[in-house]
Amino acid sequence: MNSTHYLYAAYTATWIIHLSYLWTIVGRYRRLHSKMEELKKSNAA
Amino acid sequence: MKRLFPILAVLTAILLGYSFYQAMFVAPTDQMQGDVYRIIYYHVPSAWTAFVFFLTNFIASIVYLIRRNPKADAVAVAAAEIGVVFCTVVLVTGPLWARPVWGIWWTWDIRLTSTLVLWLIYVSYLVLRRFSSGGQTPVLAAALAVFGALDVPLVYFSIWFFRTQHPQPVVGGGGSIDPRMLQVWMLNWAAFLCFAGLVFWQRYRLEVLQQEVEETQALEALLDAGSSR
Repeated sequence: MNSTHYLYAAYTATWIIHLSYLWTIVGRYRRLHSKMEELKKSNAA
Repeated sequence: MKRLFPILAVLTAILLGYSFYQAMFVAPTDQMQGDVYRIIYYHVPSAWTAFVFFLTNFIASIVYLIRRNPKADAVAVAAAEIGVVFCTVVLVTGPLWARPVWGIWWTWDIRLTSTLVLWLIYVSYLVLRRFSSGGQTPVLAAALAVFGALDVPLVYFSIWFFRTQHPQPVVGGGGSIDPRMLQVWMLNWAAFLCFAGLVFWQRYRLEVLQQEVEETQALEALLDAGSSR
């Protein structure tokens, strides 16, 4: 493997890690938001 | 505040793009390593960003232990998670740099091993937070974080005091670096700090929302118990 490929691999891996983490935050936020809405509805009822 | 976030996100994206361009195409090529040395512009700023967030976690944990303030706990959890993400980047980009330069992926020397131990300490902190639901969990996690933070100076200063495979510090450690390289290095650190700050902001909001959901659920359970009597 050409040494430049290691450079591309490192930069790509960095952004895969960051974007995967952002994806988990968005997922958790959606789940919590819908849970909060359910709780509000059940409290109102 | 809601309006400010998209503006800051766009500015950070521009800064990240500009610093990437500087790292890949403007910074001079290293005479010994060639272009592969450019991994430094992601590897080292990620390590420093991780240290900043582990320090934030340490301070927030102490504040939580003293005042039992839930907001301090939310800051601690969010900071630990961001620190682990950046430390993961360090542990992935490090071997990708070591292989072409040292001829090996990994060696058990003090800098690399202490960084791995640091990552494991904060992963265990997050596992504790995720899978333990007792009322004392934030206190135990804060205590773990205070002890875990002791590894941060060990990681940072290990290359000052021990002979290791890892290169000696070129910033503040008596070594030297081309000023143009240093400029791009600092630019990338600034970009990653801005990015990490924005992610931290959202992660903190998520933690506060989590606390609100837990409080509402606890209140609902109390009301249900009261009405069933």
